Amino acid sequence: MISFLFFLGFLVFYGLIAIYAERKISAFIQDRYGPMEVGYKGLLQTFADILKLLQKEHIFTFAADKPLFAIAPTIIFVAMFAAFAVIPLSVNITGSAVATGVYYALAIVSLDILGILMAGWGSNNKYAIIGAYRSVAQIVSYEIPLGLAVLGVIMMSGTLDLQEISLQQSIFYEGATKNAESYLFGLKFLGINVGKYGGILSWNIFRMPPLIIGFVIFFITSLAESNRAPFDLPEAESELIAGFHTEYSGFRFAVIMLAEYGVMLLTSFLAVVLFLGSWSTPLPNIGALKLADWTSGTPGSISADLWGIFWLCLKAMTLVLVQIWIRWTFPRLRVDQLMNLGWKYLTPAALIIIFIVGLWKLALL
Amino acid sequence: MKRKGANNTYFGNITEAFDTLISGLKTTWKHIPLARKKRSAKNVDSDKYFEKQEGLFTVQYPRFEMPVPEKGRYQLHNEIEDCIVCDKCAKVCPVDCIDIEPVKATEEIGKTSDGTPKRIHAAKFDIDMAKCCFCGLCTTVCPTECLTMSQDYDYSTFDITDHNFPFSKMTEKEISDARADLEKAMEEKAAKARKKAENRATSESSEKSSEAAKPKAAKPKFKPRPMKKKIDSDTDDNKKDDN
Ligand code: SF4
Ligand code: SF4
Repeated sequence: MISFLFFLGFLVFYGLIAIYAERKISAFIQDRYGPMEVGYKGLLQTFADILKLLQKEHIFTFAADKPLFAIAPTIIFVAMFAAFAVIPLSVNITGSAVATGVYYALAIVSLDILGILMAGWGSNNKYAIIGAYRSVAQIVSYEIPLGLAVLGVIMMSGTLDLQEISLQQSIFYEGATKNAESYLFGLKFLGINVGKYGGILSWNIFRMPPLIIGFVIFFITSLAESNRAPFDLPEAESELIAGFHTEYSGFRFAVIMLAEYGVMLLTSFLAVVLFLGSWSTPLPNIGALKLADWTSGTPGSISADLWGIFWLCLKAMTLVLVQIWIRWTFPRLRVDQLMNLGWKYLTPAALIIIFIVGLWKLALL
Repeated sequence: MKRKGANNTYFGNITEAFDTLISGLKTTWKHIPLARKKRSAKNVDSDKYFEKQEGLFTVQYPRFEMPVPEKGRYQLHNEIEDCIVCDKCAKVCPVDCIDIEPVKATEEIGKTSDGTPKRIHAAKFDIDMAKCCFCGLCTTVCPTECLTMSQDYDYSTFDITDHNFPFSKMTEKEISDARADLEKAMEEKAAKARKKAENRATSESSEKSSEAAKPKAAKPKFKPRPMKKKIDSDTDDNKKDDN
């Protein structure tokens, strides 16, 4: 329940912040000011825009398939929001503690595409339907490397439970589970048990170095998943106006917009949980400097919750910023380049990573 | 030299992609911290204008204005005190946006700042900036250099008729007084001429001189000359349009 309320509030707050950040960063990259008028340095600009959107009329085009058109934004949003249920917030707050959390998250995010297809089809507009088709084609090529990259993590941690994966990457691991050992770089013969040190050393990408490439693959595919540049073919402003949501207006448009930014946040959360140490602190214990202990709180108390939420959100927001930075740097891929990248480069790479992770685990751990 | 482009190998493509992507990210990243620097208010006349300027390039317009060159073509301004209502500007204007209504004065009404005597009142001197094409021809022909282009370029309005700038400072009363004076003077002149003609006719009784006197007597009934010419040029234009 805490988790639900937190994410509902945080999502709206994040939406306002992220859109503002996106505008400002894009402006700075292009040597502009960005929003400056509403509020201090334009801080309330997004808020004003949302207020405006809420007052707008819902326009249904004459030839639209009305039920599909009307329900599509809801499906897009619900599919995205439901996936937040399994994201653990701290050592105590686990969200919905399903044993197959990773599986659930990947499955429900894929439902998103159903909403997009409905929106494109229901609009009865050629731009919208082209956008929707592209989105489907894109998802087909990207879900596979995405799933394979995640598979590497699952093989290493031996669980589908996101909270369990998080615990393994934190200093609380030894206390929580028996015969828990995690070694630096997954190399047992070095004899360094990073469970004691915690911090950045116990993140999955350092416990199992091949997963660094896994993380890169996950990050690239998550850009495609959230329809962000350079994979924003479904929206492609310069070609398709706004792609699948060309015909939307008012509140429905706002919901689609929020869902898009929500997917960015969700994939960032997933990346953090799976690869970057989840809610655990990045600062390790170094000798007498118990940095990890100081910045983690004690399990079961509110301090651990606050630290957990802080670190999780900080890391996720950093990833979101990187996504924004990437969007304003790279041009959009052509559809054949996108397929090329997905099938010829990312998928084989992800398969090889899985193979190496397996060998690493068998031989060295 | 590293090979670039499509004929690279599989792994060549991967490394090249990473290289180029990272240099792209670096390029955009460099602009973010520079965003603290604002644009300097250097005039385009300044030697340093084209020097590389870092930081934000746009300006927040109504709060910050870039200086414009002195000799630009912006809003027209007429220093009506110096205008001798010669009508040259109205004639040269390619889009006919200067509308002058002159009233001849009975005597010299003053001098312009460069000492040219003024003999015509400007009952109306309107420039419709909505029509103006900013060619600047009117400013070059103006003999007293009273018609100039100012540095003011922001005069957008909600109503397009507000783009008609009246420069005449005469009140209705002054105009009607001037007209009345003119009428009176004309009448007097006509009466004088008639008398003269009668005198001549009686004294010399020559046909030639009476013929010459007649048109002179008829003249005052027409409107003053500049106006007449304007009408002529108007009709000419219309004819051209018809063709
Ligand atoms: S600038 Fe050209 S168009 Fe404008 S009033 Fe003068 S002559 Fe006419
Ligand atoms: S050319 Fe100059 S002096 Fe002559 S009417 Fe125009 S503004 Fe007046």
